[in-house]
Amino acid sequence: MALSPEESGRLADLLDEHADGLVARWAELVGAGLQGRMSRPELERQTRDLQKGFQQAFANGARDLSDEEATELRAQLGELSSNRARQGFSANETAISMFAFKDAVLGVLGDTSDVQTLRDFVSFSTFVDRAALFTFDSYVRVREALIADQAEQLLELSTPVVKLWEGVVAVPLVGTLDSARAQVVMERLLQTLVDTGSPYAIIDITGVPAVDTQVAQHILKTVVAARLMGADCIISGIRPQIAQTIVALGIEFGDIATKSSLADALRYVLGKKSYRVVTAKRTEH
Amino acid sequence: MERVPVLKIGDILLVSIQIDMEDQVALQLQEDLAEKIVATGCHGVIIDISALDIVDSFVGRTLATIASVSRVLDAETVVVGMRPAVAITLVELGLSLPGIRTALNVELGIEMLARSRAESAPDEDEDEDDPAAVPAP
Repeated sequence: MALSPEESGRLADLLDEHADGLVARWAELVGAGLQGRMSRPELERQTRDLQKGFQQAFANGARDLSDEEATELRAQLGELSSNRARQGFSANETAISMFAFKDAVLGVLGDTSDVQTLRDFVSFSTFVDRAALFTFDSYVRVREALIADQAEQLLELSTPVVKLWEGVVAVPLVGTLDSARAQVVMERLLQTLVDTGSPYAIIDITGVPAVDTQVAQHILKTVVAARLMGADCIISGIRPQIAQTIVALGIEFGDIATKSSLADALRYVLGKKSYRVVTAKRTEH
Repeated sequence: MERVPVLKIGDILLVSIQIDMEDQVALQLQEDLAEKIVATGCHGVIIDISALDIVDSFVGRTLATIASVSRVLDAETVVVGMRPAVAITLVELGLSLPGIRTALNVELGIEMLARSRAESAPDEDEDEDDPAAVPAP
């Protein structure tokens, strides 16, 4: 329900007239809801800005939150909710602090029985509801962006390719291996093989909590791709339970070498490269 | 039509593919290589595909055919320098290029040929691996 031009005019006047009282009451209500997690002066500054934003929007003749006249108010609300989202407030708390504005306005109206005033208040209430929903929406959007960023950072953090020996690289996989991660691991490993010219790669799955057919499929694909490029892959770090799951699921690793520990895998590769690991003879003193 | 040059280096024929592998080019290369192997008597072929963005099933099969033909002519074939993206695509398509030996780069390819040459002909020089058998000067 959109406001009529007269209504927004009257509301603008009302907000202007009671500005100080409204801000004080609103800040108090919001402060109670946030339980002291935000300082009073800061709250007052925020609510004053918002109150001005509302008043400005009404004065400009905004009839709905989506109107062009309310663009500035929307920007303010968006900023408020993104700040709240970053500071760790919940979406509820953010929306409730908008609803508190209604209480504050009702407070300055007093116990009037004037029908026109009540009608104005109902329209105003709808407007604030829309504003609260808008903050909810932008809050969720900001949080989703945050999560997406973190997921990306995690992806970068969790797939290092390390050099173990001349011509031997290893990928210690930690955490659940989904399709997206498997793709990143595969690409990074193959690129490293090309860059370093290493003919051997060890995929260590000690940190992978569970191996199902899908994870095995990803690992197998990586091994076959590496083989196509002319590098040999060894899978290491297979824990006892995982070995049992692999057999129970009927996953075939074919002629791919599997070792129980990274040390075994490295020893195996060194053997293939015709290195021999021997204890050095102690020189007598 | 463009042709892929075949270079002879010692006992090895080096083919570096720098152009798009159209079907005709691939077939021409197969013929050229067979003739060159017979003409030079080389025992190894290295095909460098590091410049190739795309390896389709036809090129893959041609590479396999080249490998089989040269084996008949007593020459080992090694395909080197396959790009990661190409390898991933081939795996996704389910093409694993059976019968083709691969190496990461030309250098490793040459090493691989030298090693398999030494393994396949041990009786020509039985004590090859034993440094003590080297006759004193």
